[in-house]
Amino acid sequence: MESMENGKKYIVATSKATPESFLTQSRRSFYAALVSALGSAIGGALALPSVAYLFGGHKFNPKSNFVEAAKLTQLELGKPQEVTFERTRVDAWRTFHEKVIAWVVRTGEKNVVAYAPQCTHFGCAYHWEATRNQFVCPCHESRFSIDGKVLGGPASRPLDRYSVRVENGKLLIGSEIRKA
Amino acid sequence: MFRRLLDWLEDRTGVEGAVKHFLYEDIPHSSGWHQVFGSVALFAFLVQASTGILLALNYAPTPGEAYDSLRYILTQVTAGRLMRALHHWGASLMIIVVVVHMIQTFVWGTYKKPREATWIAGVALLLLTLAYGLSGYLLPWDNRAYWGTVVTTEISALAPGAGPLLVRLLGSDGTSIGAVTFTRFYVAHVQLLPPLTVLLIAVHVYLVRRHGVTPTPEDEDQPRKKFYPEQVAKDTVAIFGWFAVLMGMSILARVPLGHVADPTDLSYVPRPEWYFLFLFQFLKWFEGPLEVVGAVIFPALAVIGLVLVPFLDRGKMRLVRQRTGAIGLVLLAAIFWGGLTARAVATTPETREMDMSLVKPWQEISAGDMASIGLFRRAQCGSCHELGKSGVGPDLTAAPSSRPASWLEEHMKSNLKAPGLLTDAQVQTLVTFLTKRGDKAVEAWRNAPQGAVEGALIYQARACASCHRLNGAGNDLGPPLNGVVERRDRAWIEGHFANPPKYSSGSIMPSSQFKPDQLKLITDYIMAIPK
Repeated sequence: MESMENGKKYIVATSKATPESFLTQSRRSFYAALVSALGSAIGGALALPSVAYLFGGHKFNPKSNFVEAAKLTQLELGKPQEVTFERTRVDAWRTFHEKVIAWVVRTGEKNVVAYAPQCTHFGCAYHWEATRNQFVCPCHESRFSIDGKVLGGPASRPLDRYSVRVENGKLLIGSEIRKA
Repeated sequence: MFRRLLDWLEDRTGVEGAVKHFLYEDIPHSSGWHQVFGSVALFAFLVQASTGILLALNYAPTPGEAYDSLRYILTQVTAGRLMRALHHWGASLMIIVVVVHMIQTFVWGTYKKPREATWIAGVALLLLTLAYGLSGYLLPWDNRAYWGTVVTTEISALAPGAGPLLVRLLGSDGTSIGAVTFTRFYVAHVQLLPPLTVLLIAVHVYLVRRHGVTPTPEDEDQPRKKFYPEQVAKDTVAIFGWFAVLMGMSILARVPLGHVADPTDLSYVPRPEWYFLFLFQFLKWFEGPLEVVGAVIFPALAVIGLVLVPFLDRGKMRLVRQRTGAIGLVLLAAIFWGGLTARAVATTPETREMDMSLVKPWQEISAGDMASIGLFRRAQCGSCHELGKSGVGPDLTAAPSSRPASWLEEHMKSNLKAPGLLTDAQVQTLVTFLTKRGDKAVEAWRNAPQGAVEGALIYQARACASCHRLNGAGNDLGPPLNGVVERRDRAWIEGHFANPPKYSSGSIMPSSQFKPDQLKLITDYIMAIPK
């Protein structure tokens, strides 16, 4: 209200003011309320789609897209093997072929486990050390057992796994990665 | 508490005082609704800036990928279609409000001494706004964008003396445009123009404040008003109205995406954006060596004329109702612009280009794949093989079947719900589909409309593919069917089925008699296949 006072003083002092040229208090509040109401409406109508756009994600084809990675006969029971295969990946507006690596352990007649090739600590590529009978990460010495459990080092969770299927003597690996 | 925080902020930064200084500016008594357009133009710029930044977050600024990423924004991203529509229609509505703002200042004559620089900064802002329109036009990288920009660069080549330099600056070789031009337009649109605009808006607003809002001769004996709250409220109402129109248009009017830019598509007839249509039409008046007059000299003179307005009209301030000359000039310009635009619209052939942002996977797979989906549904394979789930039988969409063909054939024949439901040939078709289908076919498998699937079954049954190519499958004895909707209308296609030679002389296509419902299904199907 101070400035209102100032305003009045200014006007009275410098011009031939007529009384009706001043806004009445109720008109002032009406204008102020109108500015707030319309301003909020505009802000909301702009913010809502923007938030949806930023955080709403994109439609995603949830197909798990299994591809053949190996024949079962190539896999030895209980011995981890590094398997490389190709698949098509859709990355937002791009579709491309890529090579994928999995550490595969055949655990039974028709059972296979496929680990994603990155350490669960900071994502370095680990490898199997047959002499120590464990997976070892060269970066920070995280160690994992053949069933993916953490044996030591800074990693806090077991190795991630690909979804797998065994059909007609073939190992199929899906694009989905499950965190333990 | 809040008061104390404000006081602290005021003491350290003076921001509250600055805001108050801005809001409690003195304005003339006559100020009112006719002066809201500058604020609306500023708001329009803010909308363009924010929607532009959001679009850029999902946009790949290279030719080709630009198109794919825009299609991704339109079809995949939440609220992406709305965001693009806001930016697209926002551009048009911004041009309108900027021009209305200019007409208002012109009619009222507020460019007169000492406000010449304010007016010139305004003219520069108008040119910047048009430059956004020109550079942004290329960014969708569809045919419209490509061919429109080819014309833009060729016009710039006509500029006397500077032509070759301009063409080189735009990264064109004079006849075609490519990656370099695209990148330069993108950089202009998002890196050069925005800071320039911000700078000029700052100068423009500073000059308005420096000289104050222009009073009329009637204001002399009147008390002055404060900008806040009355004029701010009027500005806000106008902004709200402008924004409501923008939202309405963005929700109701779809902005299409054409075919990806194709420099070999010589059938494409480019048209500029609506606000440049008058220039396009105007150019038709100038032939041969005179072309440069319409394309370069006239627009340049018009801009120079605008800049010189305050120096040509130097009389005393007069009441707006006495400014008949100015009003007459605006009316003349409006008639000139409106007439040329109307003529251009009237002579523009109706475009039959498909909206590629609406194309679904089923429209992009072969008729054989579509027919297989039809057979799968007709034989009710889905009662055991539920799509997307493992049930009684395995989920067939997870991976192409790795069973041998003989096994699949045997499996289908022995599990048919009724004997003879599928012929041997149809079993073969389905076996091929199950072992070879791609990702798009899987998507179509889930959600292709039954009518389209039925249409494809007719297409398959009539062996259309033995002469026609459709989505890459079939032979080339007859014309390819992709994009037939852009070449022929429904009556032509339906009539042609019954009597091919009548519609294209010398045609060897056998005539096909369809029942009305079948004719509609097959016609709908082939008309849905994009170019």
